[in-house]
Order: sequence, then C-alpha cells, then structure tokens
Amino acid sequence: MSDYTTIVGLEVHVQLATASKLFCGCSTKFGAEPNTQTCPVCIGLPGTLPVMNRNAFQLALKTAVALNCEIPAYTKWDRKQYYYPDLPKNYQISQYDLPMSQHGYLDIGDPKGAFEPKRVRILRAHLEEDAGKSLHDEVAGKGDSLIDLNRTGTPLLEIVSEPDMRSPLEAKAFLTELKLLLTYIGVSDCNMQEGSLRVDANVNLHIDTAEGKVATPIIEIKNMNSFRAVERALEYEVGRQWCEWQETHRKLGDAPKQTRGWDDVAGVTRGQRSKEESSDYRYFPDPDLAPVTVGPQDAAAIRESLGELPAALRGRLESDFGLSAYDADVLVNQGSPVVTYFLDVAKFTGDPKAAANWVTQDVLRTLKESEHTIESLPVASSALAELIRKVKAGEVPSSRAREVFQTMVEKRVDVAAAMQSLGIAAVDEGELIALCQKLLAANPKTISDVRAGKLQAVGALIGQAKKQNPNVDPTRFRELCLELIEKAP
Amino acid sequence: MALFDQTATEHLKGLESGALKSVELTQTYLDRIRAVDNRVGAFLSVDADGALKRAEEIDERRAKKQRVGRLAGLPLAVKDILCERGKVTTCASRMLQQFRPPYDATVIAKLREADAVFVGRTNMDEFAMGGSTENSAFQVTRNPWDLERSPGGSSGGSAAAVAAGMAPLAIGTDTGGSIRQPAGLCGVVGMKPTYGRVSRFGLIAFASSLDQIGPFGQSVEDAALLLETIAGHDPRDTTSLDVPVPAYSQSVNKPLANLRIGWVREHFGGGLDKEVESAVRAAFEVYKSLGATLHEISLPHSKYAVATYYVIAPSEASSNLARYDGVHFGYRTDEKEMLAELAADRRRLETAGDKAGLEHLDSALVRMYRRTRAEGFGPEVKRRIMLGTYALSAGYYDAYYLKALKLRRLIRKDFDDAFGKVDLIAGPITPAPAFKIGEMSGDPLAMYLVDIYTVSANLAGIPGLCLPCGRSQAGLPIGLQLQAPALEEERLFCGARMFEQATDWDKGRAKL
Repeated sequence: MSDYTTIVGLEVHVQLATASKLFCGCSTKFGAEPNTQTCPVCIGLPGTLPVMNRNAFQLALKTAVALNCEIPAYTKWDRKQYYYPDLPKNYQISQYDLPMSQHGYLDIGDPKGAFEPKRVRILRAHLEEDAGKSLHDEVAGKGDSLIDLNRTGTPLLEIVSEPDMRSPLEAKAFLTELKLLLTYIGVSDCNMQEGSLRVDANVNLHIDTAEGKVATPIIEIKNMNSFRAVERALEYEVGRQWCEWQETHRKLGDAPKQTRGWDDVAGVTRGQRSKEESSDYRYFPDPDLAPVTVGPQDAAAIRESLGELPAALRGRLESDFGLSAYDADVLVNQGSPVVTYFLDVAKFTGDPKAAANWVTQDVLRTLKESEHTIESLPVASSALAELIRKVKAGEVPSSRAREVFQTMVEKRVDVAAAMQSLGIAAVDEGELIALCQKLLAANPKTISDVRAGKLQAVGALIGQAKKQNPNVDPTRFRELCLELIEKAP
Repeated sequence: MALFDQTATEHLKGLESGALKSVELTQTYLDRIRAVDNRVGAFLSVDADGALKRAEEIDERRAKKQRVGRLAGLPLAVKDILCERGKVTTCASRMLQQFRPPYDATVIAKLREADAVFVGRTNMDEFAMGGSTENSAFQVTRNPWDLERSPGGSSGGSAAAVAAGMAPLAIGTDTGGSIRQPAGLCGVVGMKPTYGRVSRFGLIAFASSLDQIGPFGQSVEDAALLLETIAGHDPRDTTSLDVPVPAYSQSVNKPLANLRIGWVREHFGGGLDKEVESAVRAAFEVYKSLGATLHEISLPHSKYAVATYYVIAPSEASSNLARYDGVHFGYRTDEKEMLAELAADRRRLETAGDKAGLEHLDSALVRMYRRTRAEGFGPEVKRRIMLGTYALSAGYYDAYYLKALKLRRLIRKDFDDAFGKVDLIAGPITPAPAFKIGEMSGDPLAMYLVDIYTVSANLAGIPGLCLPCGRSQAGLPIGLQLQAPALEEERLFCGARMFEQATDWDKGRAKL
C-alpha cells in the first residue's frame, strides 16, 4: 500500500468594491435589470477607449500589500484574446507578464490544531476586467442564449497561490483567512453568491512508489459556490484521482490538463470537454492604456493606511488582553466590527476576560440566532460594559445576567430598564444576612452537614433563598452562609 | 478664381467681415459636390440639408454678434471613421454599413463646438487599411488631377474632396501615412500630428498605437487652423498628451531663422522616381535660398520601417477588429441561411459517416462568427487580421511582434539622434506620383512599399506634414514631406509655410 500527498493550489477572483467599473463610469451594483449598467465603453463599441479607474488600482494595491506581495515599480495592461459573446471586445483587458504584484504570502493556521500553521505563498495578484454573464437556454438546440453585460468591466483581482496546500482543509482555511483579510481591509464584500469571490482549485497527488514520488495529472475544478463546496470538491477529487491512479497509473504529462466541474447536489466532479490544444490567448500589451508606475512611497502609504490585519490582531488579543488562542481566533474571524465591539467592552470594563466571554458567547449566539449584525445589535458596547460592571458589583445576580442581556436585546432597553422589567433589584446586604440567618435557623442540619465537610449542603438553602427573593445573588448568598456557619456557636 | 478654389483662411476672413455668408459658402461647396463627385467619388454621404441648416444658424448667430466658434461657418468633410452621434459611421466596411454610434468622437465634438459645417463623410480604405482608397467596400475614389489614377489612401476621400474643391477643409487619419500620402498624391496639404496630440476617442481603431487624426487643407495655414481646433488633451483618451496646444494659426507665418534641414541618405536610394527626386531636390534649393542649411543625415533603421510597421499595425488590428463578430452590433450573417448551411453540412457528414468531421463541425455560434466576418470584411482587412493573428500567436510572438517592438525603439532613436543635428527632416512622401487605379491591387506587397517614407513617423510618434512641391510631366502633383520632433508641430507648420510662401505650388488646382 503506497501513500500520497495532496497538492492544492488556488486561483481566486475577487470583485473589488468600487462604485464604478474598471475602465468606464458604469455602476458595479449587483442585481440590476440586465444590460442597464452598460455604456459604449464597456460594451466595446467602435472608437471607444478605456480609462483606468484609479480607485480600483488602489484597492488592488491595498490587497497586494496586505498579502505581503512585492509591488513592481512598473506594471502594464495586456489583452487576453478569445471569442465569446459575453466578452464584447473579444478580448479581456488583463495583466500578463508584468502583474501589479507578485511573490507574497498568507499565513494560515487552525486554533484547534487540525493542521500545523503554515505559510501559503502567493505567486501573483493582478487586475483585470470581468466578462458578462451568459444565460443559456437549457432546452438543447432550441431557444437563444441571453447575455447580460452589467458585469462586463467590473474590476477583478485574480490572486494565484502557489501549490502549497496539502489538504482540502488547508485550502478551506486559506480561503477563510483570505476572505477575512479582504473584508478587514474593505476591498471586497466577498459575497460568493453574487460572484464577488470565485474560486478555481488545481489539485493532484504526489504518490510514493518504489521508484520515488510520482505526480498525477493536475485537475482544475470549477463551479464551486462556497468554501465548503471547495473542501468537498477537493475531498472528492483526491479520492477520484487515487482510484484513477490505481487503475491507469497515468502520470502528470500523460494527459493534457483537464477541467472538471463540481456538482454540489450529486457531490461529484464531472469532466468538462478538455481542449485538444492549450488555448492561445495571443496576449499583447494593450496600446490604449498607458503603463502604470507605482513609487515606493505609494506602496509605503498603502501599508500605513492598512490598519491592523487579522494575524496581528490575533496576536495582540492574546498578548495584550490575555485571551486564549481559540477566543482570539473566534473574535478576529468574526470580522473587524466585532473585534472593535470587544475592544470597547474590554476598555469600558477593564476586564478583557469577561468581555471576551460575553462577546464570544452571548453576543455571538444572539447574532447567529437573530437577524442582527454587530452594528444593529440593540446592546451597544457601552451597555454591555454596564451590565458586566453591575454583575461584578453584585447589582445583577450573575445567575440572571443572561436574562438581563436578552431583555436588553429584545426590548431594546438599557440595563436599568431591563432589570426593572425583570424585577431585579439589588438586595441589601443586611437583608441578605437576615434571610440567611432565618434559613439557617430553620435548617440546623445544613449547619452540621457543612461542618462535617459537606459544603454542597448550602445548595439547598440557596434554592430556598431564591424562592423567597429571586434577586438574591447565589454566589454572595453562599459566601454569607458559609461565613455565618463558621461564626455560629 | 472660383470661391471653392480659395483657402479656408481666406473664407474665414470673408465670413468674419460679413462679406461672405456661410449659407452661400456651404451652397457653393454642395453645388461643387453635385457637379463633380459623381466623377471623383470622394463622399460616402453628403448631408446637404443638415449643412445648410447649420450654416444658416451660424450666420444668424454671427449677424446677432453672438459668440461663434473658431471655424464658424466653414464647410468641412470628415473621413467616415470618426463616430458622429446618430450618423451612420461605416469605416467603408459592410461590417458597419448600418452602424450609428450613440456618441461623438472628441474631434467631432470639438469641430461642432468650433461651429464647423459638416458637409459629408468621405470614402476611405476599409478600416483605413490601404493606400489607394480602392479597399472601400462601397466605391472607388478617383484622383481629381487624373481620374484614371488613385488619390492614395486611406484618407483618399478627404484628400480628393479638398483637391477637387468639394470642401475647403477635411479630417483624415494617419496610421502609416494615410493623411500625408494622399495629400501628396492629390496636391493638397495634409498633416499627421504627434501621437497623443489629438484625442483618438471615437476614432474607430485600426492600430491604436499608430493612429492619429489630422487636418487636410489647401494651404499650410488652413492645416494649422484645423489642427489648432482639434488638438488637446482628452481625459477619455489616456494616450492623449496633457500639454498646451500652441496657437498654430497665429505663429504659422513667422519664418524660422537659422533653419537646419536634414535630408535622409536612405530616402534617395533605388526605387525613387526621377521626377519626384528632382522636385524634392529643387525644394531643398528653395530652402537654401530662404537661408536654411541642408544636412545629410542617416536613419539607419529606416530600411526596416515597412517590415516593422506591417507586424505592429496588423497585430493591433487583429485585436481591435475582433469585436466585429455579429453579436452585439454591426453586420450579422443571415441566421436562417447560416443554420440551413450548418444542417446541410451535418447531413453530409452523417451520410459520409465522417465521425471526425462531425466532431469538428462548427457550433452555430462559431459558424455565425465565421460567416459574419467572411461576409463583412473585405480581402485587405482579412489579410491584415491574418497577418496580425499569426504574429501574435504562441511561438511566433517573440520572432515577430517582440522583434518589431525592438525595431520600433531603434527607429525612434534614429529620429532622436537626427533631431539632435537638424530642426526638420525633408524628403519625398511617396516613391512616385499617383498610380493608376487597379495598378497595385493585385500586388499587396508593392502597395505596402508605397508606405516606405511615411510609416517611420507613425512608429516614432513624431509629426509629419506633406505639401505640394512640384508637378510631374504628366501634370500629377508631387509632395514634399517634412518631419519634426515630437510636439514640434509649430516648427513644422512654420517651416512648411516658408516654402509655401516662396513658391506657387499651393496655387495649383485640379481641372475638373
């Protein structure tokens, strides 16, 4: 029985969050009526010329810097030529041999230790214009194909990784971390359903044989609509390639590179017609567009403007706030607004541990179970901080703190109003002592049990106390009971 | 001298003084078009009503002392390659026979703003590919000096229109000589500006890195006036240069002192017609008499210019013309016929049991592309698309396109070096005067070689101008080409005007 290594490389197309297209002023908004966001430039009418959208280039630069890429001082535009009806000029303005960035990396890890932390190298990231959408009539041979050119000319950043991932899980982790990074720096909404983020995966196996390692043919997988789908497609493909290897012993180079499409319902990849010869895109420099020069100060300014990136933020949450790697990961993975929320709560309470517990548990659960985002959550960070303070001060029994929080969310009220509506009032210390004394007097067995070392006997008294006054803070009551028992004659 | 024989500058004086109305002037040219264009064939379309209406409106504004533009009331012909909102813009191709752009080219907008009167759209080689205007899908244009001869091309319609007195001014485009060469063959002034001087927005592209729009006129002054109107930076064309435009029409009459003129050794080798050579040498003598000094210079890579050009221009063209596929606009093959043809092909292959043939049978989309382009383009356009596609293909790119780019740099450097020693370069515009219609059409390579003196300026991006400097025994015009460093159009105009004022070649008119 031989063993194998899975080799995965990813190509990610990210739609940049610009208001207008890459080479004209048309809107990039998703979901408009077909062919309403077009102009003579993006539909390639004769005589029109492209003008580069500076903002798109800035967003691309930002991404490239965040991916630790080298930014060459000179980059140019090339035409990638192929005929297709959703590409009105029959060439796509892209970047070929001098991309705007190259040789970067993205670190990935798994807080639960499912794989060793690793650095995935980025081969290059370049800007290009998107094509339109073709809608084919499924009744074969009948009906016409429809073309929507709204998307034509939308700025895309193509990010190509080196084949550094060794499992479907690592591929998924790369995508998750990449999406997080892109969202943090605000360059894309990364909405896969709307096509803002598209993934193609290249995968093959390096198989241990008696003659050494042998590589299987590389397969490119397309049509994956979620990260989970990427993971499943890769898992399927690894199995399929392993079986195929055992049957055919076909090696890399024995067959042309094949493209397979992922069928999410059937859970299989299917071969798409492999081209007999590799496509010749006849790339050449676009004579309509001047090359772009990027000075070292431009890249430096971008670096300055980036703010704290996820990896650095995780480190800071661990080192400065004493969070566990797991909690830091959970928080950071929620995105920048949640982290800001946490940081505010931590600052207002001076208790990052409590803040982390509340945010990772109650706040995130609420977000998950409701329609709320962190921005629309009725409990502002200051309100949550107030609740935490009141709990610590004993004004809110810790046993009822969650109830108070939920009331704050549901009724959109502050801590005081929530407490009032729940009938929570701080129990006076004297009142608490009196209650304690009364219950001890009525339950002498509890005293003897505790003295005999059965501390949990107090539990019964706590229950009775809460029945008499629901505001009793069980922790404080327990402490008082034990004190009084010790002092009792 | 008939009114239509006068220059635009002269007309403008009359219009400004009130001695001449634009309606009268426009009607004169429209009458002239009606009288002679059935023989010349310079216009693809004439908009008599629109022109007269416009002329009337400008006359009114002028009479009311309202603000009018730089060219107010001057009739003007436009090569049918510049997009004009709502007007059919054909590029002399079946492919665009019905194409009405929903936008104005920047140059059209500027001319409109300057209150020029558009009289019509002129014939050209299809997509500006050619040097004879014979490659038009619609008609042949004839040289007003000899109707058996070609006016040159690709802007042959514009050159012939001016030469025949059908318009005092015309717009052309020059990718490898397409303004200067027909100007030379038709005995008018034509000028190609520095690459980037005039916005290309709305100019239907042939070869984007070489195309420039420029003026035709009866005199250097006219050309200066027209360039001044159309030049300038345009944010819609990022290859247009963001530099101020001098007032050429103001400075054109100032002679240049201590002018150093270079003549290129390589331009006087074999293949140059004797009559052309002596006319050009006589022009050098004129310059000497005006105080200029003549200097022999070398452009060592000029012998590669035609080869370089015929790799770069078709490469860009093959890409620029890919959009004419029948999908979104322009000509599309008859779909019913296309589907029937495809079905017949399928039946034939099935009957023959030709499995491989069936496998390779076109999809309906591919067959639509094939037929549309086969029917929509003429032979020269197809030839250049094939040349360019080949030059850009994997495995050939380095040997052709990349090598051509390297040569282009060397050709540009030749000019840089030369302009270190001289102010202007002067020489022939074509190896011979106008050739007979049909004479070259069977020999594309001979046709390409006519471009030998013109393509270098496009490759180097420098301005060039052609003005009449003589007449052959047969009475055909001979042109003198002047070239200047990039952005030195002012020097070019002044230098050309010096010669024009010292000679009478500009006064000659074709007899029709």
